[in-house]
Amino acid sequence: MSSKDRILARIRRAVPEPGPDLEIPRDYLHAHARRTPAERVDLLAAHLAEYRARVHRTGPGGLPPLLARLLGERRGARRVLVPPGLPPWWLAAADDSLVRVPDRASDTSADLDRADSVVTGCALAVAETGSIVLDGSPDQGRRRITLVPDHHVCVVRVPDQVVDSVPQALPLLVPTRPLTWISGPSATSDIELDRVEGVHGPRALDVVLLGPQ
Amino acid sequence: MTGRETGPGTYLGMPAFPDPDPARFPAFPEAAREAVRDAALRANLRYATHTIRDKRARAVAELADWDRLRAAGKAVKDRTLRHLDRYLLQLEESVTAAGGTVHWAADAAEANRIVTELVLATGEREVVKVKSMATQEIGLNEALEAAGVTAYETDLAELIVQLGHDRPSHILVPAIHRNRGEIRDIFRAEMGRWGRPAPEGLGDSPAELAEAARLHLREKFLRAKVGISGANFMVAETGTMVVLESEGNGRMCLTLPETLISVVGIEKVVPTFRDLEIFLQTLPRSSTAERMNPYTTLWTGLGPSKGADGDGPSAFHLVLLDNGRTDILADEVGRQALRCIRCSACLNVCPVYERAGGHAYGSVYPGPIGAVLSPQLRGTGSPIDASLPYASTLCGACYDVCPVAIDIPEVLVHLRERVVQGGPVTRRGVRVRIRPARGHAAERAAMRAARLLLDRPDALRAGERLLARARRLGIRPHRLPGPGRAWTDARELPEPPPEPFRDWWARERGTATRTGSKDRKGDDGPK
Ligand code: SF4
Repeated sequence: MSSKDRILARIRRAVPEPGPDLEIPRDYLHAHARRTPAERVDLLAAHLAEYRARVHRTGPGGLPPLLARLLGERRGARRVLVPPGLPPWWLAAADDSLVRVPDRASDTSADLDRADSVVTGCALAVAETGSIVLDGSPDQGRRRITLVPDHHVCVVRVPDQVVDSVPQALPLLVPTRPLTWISGPSATSDIELDRVEGVHGPRALDVVLLGPQ
Repeated sequence: MTGRETGPGTYLGMPAFPDPDPARFPAFPEAAREAVRDAALRANLRYATHTIRDKRARAVAELADWDRLRAAGKAVKDRTLRHLDRYLLQLEESVTAAGGTVHWAADAAEANRIVTELVLATGEREVVKVKSMATQEIGLNEALEAAGVTAYETDLAELIVQLGHDRPSHILVPAIHRNRGEIRDIFRAEMGRWGRPAPEGLGDSPAELAEAARLHLREKFLRAKVGISGANFMVAETGTMVVLESEGNGRMCLTLPETLISVVGIEKVVPTFRDLEIFLQTLPRSSTAERMNPYTTLWTGLGPSKGADGDGPSAFHLVLLDNGRTDILADEVGRQALRCIRCSACLNVCPVYERAGGHAYGSVYPGPIGAVLSPQLRGTGSPIDASLPYASTLCGACYDVCPVAIDIPEVLVHLRERVVQGGPVTRRGVRVRIRPARGHAAERAAMRAARLLLDRPDALRAGERLLARARRLGIRPHRLPGPGRAWTDARELPEPPPEPFRDWWARERGTATRTGSKDRKGDDGPK
């Protein structure tokens, strides 16, 4: 008898009469408040900031100079990882000394470790929890490019990509894609309960809320 | 609720406690005494539990529908447990279709053998690990070590514990018994022996210490070929695995290695992707009092390209672990413990845990949930497991905060009955009848537990005594007066004991009820 059969047999003996499926009472809230799109974006910004992400707001005209500044102001931030589907105009204002490193399957983790920053879009953002969600789409790239560099700049199109809540977010996501929920930069408080940002993930998280104008 | 001043130890949920040999472990009260005497540890524990407790309450209060989320979470877990066979088969199918391989392990030895063989087959002799209760429960690190494989723990707290040859002491902050100066000394002395040494002139600020850990572990992450994890949830319908964490070491272990092995208890399966909308709201708030933990990773087998796109591991193995869980499932009262999502909220509100600390429970599972899980997973044959059901005042605070509404007091009373009266239980899939513990043994267990609880404030005692009086009058109260009131509003009370332990103790021991007082210094929290 295989262990699989043994475990299944034990389960069936443990619950000999399972009965019909239990109904799940889903009367919990779909969102915890009624919000206008602007209020939703404001809440996202507030919650991200509370988790110590740096939040910026801009329109299409302001985005390239803002990204150039965010990538330039960090000491040594001269190599930036660029996912294949990132709109080229986003980085148009960055000067030529900024080395754009494409997201390649052949790169080793050590190669990625030489990059200073990464710029991505996102799949969506959740206002109530202050989360951005990546799903590996072409404007986000492989998971590791947003993990190894110390600085992540994530652009969220607002208000379109912002939902209120977790129950609103899940139906919009494709479960089989690799999903990464990010709610503020990496953190620990394992030393005397003192919170320290950044152990292994990016220690600096810039979230750019990109409005229609 | 505010930011994250007391955010979590990485992997959300329970702290790590080594699983000692229960046969040789002292009964709960003896084990607890050591901790109760350690004033500094108690002060730290008290500070940690109270801080996290208050924050949790604020995080939960933010959600007006908390009770409904709790009821839904309970229902999802109950539904799954009723048809566990079906959901596990569905999970296996989904994971396999997504390019993963599923293994079934009936017990710890089998799980360890499977994982060890998988690691050895890669040719690697090193693995990186993200903290997982299941792998601690089965003693995986030791099994790997015996096979010549070094497992590196990568949570900051686990690293401190591993480098310090230590035992973790608290759930969210396992290294709480080490202060920053000690951590610096451990890093200076030990890091070089395991890999990249601590930086020259390492100071003792948390930021510097975290930086040293980052550099030390980064070297291991970047070269690791095999990662080992647990999972918080597995979705039957899609084959999706879910890990919630804080530091990013989980993402490193789940994303960078070529081979990923996840060891997960069979009770972690949920039917649908949609069900996650409940637990992704309740787990972070219950566990670390956050709206959402910094990182949550969801992956399904090898992804849409079956590993061809170079995003994440190219081999994924899921080891489904029974190790006593089906025995718990066979107990109609006790099976609710399998709903547990390892948030640790019940620990932080428990007056006994606050005094006794985590080690006293003699298992990887501490606190109220440990007191009901361990005796069910391992049986009540050893002194520690027979005494654990008594490691409680039955105050009900654990039930109150539990995000899946596990009625821990009900299970405790049920298990006490088992210890005292004997009865049918299932062991390794076989139904047996255990004999009542000999009078003396049961009494001793209760007596020793009572000694620990005796210097509790009188408020708790009042509730217990009224309950007992009501019972003597033949009344089964539905509302507990005093501090227990909140939880009786929502539930039936377990059968109250005929005589509260305190009264029984006082009767047996006369005026000896204050023997614990000399241990009470340092009870006022951190200075
Ligand atoms: S028993 Fe409930 S409160 Fe305790 S750890 Fe499990 S889920 Fe959390």
